[in-house]
Amino acid sequence: MLVSRVSRAGILMLRGLSRGKLTPITRAGYIQRPYGQYLQPWFERQTETKVFQGSIFLKHHNFSTTTTANASEEGSEKEETISVTFVDKDGEEQHIKVPIGMSMLEAAHENDIELEGACEGSLACSTCHVIVMDMEYYNKLEDPADEENDMLDLAFGLTETSRLGCQVIAKPELDGIRLAIPAATRNFAVDGYVPKPH
Amino acid sequence: MAIFQARTLLSRSFSTLSSHPLRVCVVGSGPAGFYTAEKMLKAHQEAQVDIIDRLPTPFGLVRSGVAPDHPETKIVINQFSRVARHDRCSFFGNVTLGSSVSLLELRELYHVVVLAYGAESDRALGIPGEDLVGIHSAREFVWWYNGHPDCKNLDLNLKNTDTAVILGQGNVALDVARILLRLATELATTDIASHALAALEESSIRKVYLVGRRGPVQAACTAKELREVLGIKDLCIHLQEADLLKTPKDEEEIKNNRIQRRVYELLYKAATTGPSHPRSGQRELHFVFFRKPDRFLESDERKGHVSGVHFEKTVLKDVGDGKRIAVGTGQFEDLECGMVLKSIGYKSVPVDGLPFDHQKGVVPNIRGRVLRNTSGDPTLLEEGLYVCGWLKRGPTGIIATNLYCAEETVVSISEDLNLLASKASLPKPGREGLLHLLDNRKVKFLQFSAWEKIDSTETRLGSLKNKPRDKLTTWEELLKVARE
Ligand SMILES: Cc1cc2nc3c(=O)[nH]c(=O)nc-3n(C[C@H](O)[C@H](O)[C@H](O)COP(=O)(O)OP(=O)(O)OC[C@H]3O[C@@H](n4cnc5c(N)ncnc54)[C@H](O)[C@@H]3O)c2cc1C
Ligand SMILES: NC(=O)c1ccc[n+]([C@@H]2O[C@H](COP(=O)([O-])OP(=O)(O)OC[C@H]3O[C@@H](n4cnc5c(N)ncnc54)[C@H](OP(=O)(O)O)[C@@H]3O)[C@@H](O)[C@H]2O)c1
Ligand code: FES
Repeated sequence: MLVSRVSRAGILMLRGLSRGKLTPITRAGYIQRPYGQYLQPWFERQTETKVFQGSIFLKHHNFSTTTTANASEEGSEKEETISVTFVDKDGEEQHIKVPIGMSMLEAAHENDIELEGACEGSLACSTCHVIVMDMEYYNKLEDPADEENDMLDLAFGLTETSRLGCQVIAKPELDGIRLAIPAATRNFAVDGYVPKPH
Repeated sequence: MAIFQARTLLSRSFSTLSSHPLRVCVVGSGPAGFYTAEKMLKAHQEAQVDIIDRLPTPFGLVRSGVAPDHPETKIVINQFSRVARHDRCSFFGNVTLGSSVSLLELRELYHVVVLAYGAESDRALGIPGEDLVGIHSAREFVWWYNGHPDCKNLDLNLKNTDTAVILGQGNVALDVARILLRLATELATTDIASHALAALEESSIRKVYLVGRRGPVQAACTAKELREVLGIKDLCIHLQEADLLKTPKDEEEIKNNRIQRRVYELLYKAATTGPSHPRSGQRELHFVFFRKPDRFLESDERKGHVSGVHFEKTVLKDVGDGKRIAVGTGQFEDLECGMVLKSIGYKSVPVDGLPFDHQKGVVPNIRGRVLRNTSGDPTLLEEGLYVCGWLKRGPTGIIATNLYCAEETVVSISEDLNLLASKASLPKPGREGLLHLLDNRKVKFLQFSAWEKIDSTETRLGSLKNKPRDKLTTWEELLKVARE
């Protein structure tokens, strides 16, 4: 079942290609790379899933009693954080702690992670595109609003679990989330650009 | 004065650079130019990057294209300004490739020249009547409302007609339609040029037709822009429901393309939910599909003026590769109007000594490396010469597209430099040489600090009118403030 989810994401990656406004690449050339690229760490993770989920559960539990009950309300200075992993274009991982309530774009910038953010989080550029590497985490996010979908339409190398980094806000359930920064540029370079036929 | 400028600039550059810098010149300060500069500075610590632009103001279409009611889109200017203020980067405005300095000269002065000067002309329809008064390209109209100094005096009359026809259904067409149809009071608090606001306040245009040669499934716009135009306050939307019928081929296109699907859904919703009869005086937007312009009609009363467009109805025809084009059916129809805006695409212009593909309107290139001719032979390269942005890919794509485009060009440059590193590369005069040459020619270049003066003047003037900025829109004003 997990496998089929991955391949579904792969197929949707293919479907999600915009008509060349931002995806100057041949379809066949495209799926190979990101699919293979994300498949690898994704599967690796499955071996540790149980341990992993256990810890999430614990944390989650914690938060539901402490965080929501008082900490956030009283604005206590003891900052609650979650762990987030960014996987960059070359597959390098960076593990960071992100305070609850902070967007992934801000978090990336505070930690010198190279995530673009041309419009500084005002939902007008799509450069902060990230791919949630695990469907389970993707499903914990609220559905994207129309406005986010409108920008996602234009994101380079869209996948089924794509989101805009400036719209993903840290919350306890997301502890352990892994976000890939799309290797769009590499595809752009390798496959060359075919201008839109107008 | 220019000499003094040159001296301080040089001392700055020498203090921060090794004695053997990589001299890079980027022509054009739009998104493609700035993203290229940013990535070159990062990838090559020894690089000294000079950006030249023909205008005193940087940022290309972010200033002169992006609509005034899209301030969020312009936030990217912050990032570009950080690049311009980088130690190893300089901006030289008021310097035109082709007249202030030739391409040959730049290539002698710099190790690497990247052309990112965009597309400053228009695709033509090539049909009778295209020169009639009242017909403009969308580019000119956009430059006019965005205060580009070359279009302040556009001969535009918004008071002698109630109907405008826009040809094309891309995002530029939608921008232009929105500016014509939004209440001027809403535009008053944007950075729209004051002369444009004044003209729009008095505009008599109430009906706008957006005409596409293909169907709603093929409309070139994106959902964000469409949603916005459909949501204009107090606007009556018209669509022929018959045009929304989908063929099996349309279904297939929609299934395979997320943008097309979402655009179609929005149009469908607008057709089925909108009010059908406008109140008197209410503004109207008509989407017209499957019509291609055949010729423009001349007014009987006003010689030389446009009075309408003669359209041929079309159907779609497969031409392989999943491509479907519009072909005429031999049936015709007229649409009366007093103004036409052609929004069928921008077009780049070549400069002397630059290989150019006149058919595609781009510089022949492989991943940003300029080719000697259009034969496509990848071994015939112009050494040290690269392209990026609309000049490289043609006039499509959003700001972000240029980010990826720049990365591709910079990867090519880096690969070539690696190869060159083995050979000893000669030192080049770079900035010093350029400033010397400009000085000899009495070209009064303007640095980024001059733009900062323009910027603060515009913001100050804007704050008096409750606008984010009030643009300076003539060359005289711009140069005066820049040199204060
Ligand atoms: C009307 C319009 C609205 C748009 N709105 C949006 C939007 O809302 N969001 C979005 O993401 N994208 C938008 N775009 C697309 C976006 O603006 C382009 O993708 C982008 O600007 C192209 O970048 P460029 O650097 O190739 O060209 P440009 O931005 O055109 O920059 C070219 C620069 O070169 C300079 N130049 C020209 N000739 C010379 C010369 N001979 N010597 C020296 N300098 C020269 C020009 O002055 C200019 O500064 C819009 C485009 C248009 C036309
Ligand atoms: N907010 C934004 O994000 C924004 C705003 C403005 C612009 N932009 C971007 O800037 C780029 C340029 O926009 P654009 O609107 O100039 O170009 P575009 O999207 O390529 O649209 C061009 C339009 O002109 C039509 N056309 C071309 N030749 C024609 C002819 N001979 N006769 C009749 N119609 C013809 C095309 O129809 P066919 O489809 O049939 O060829 C299409 O409808 C686009 O990529 C756009 O997305 C973005
Ligand atoms: S930063 Fe622009 S959409 Fe997220």
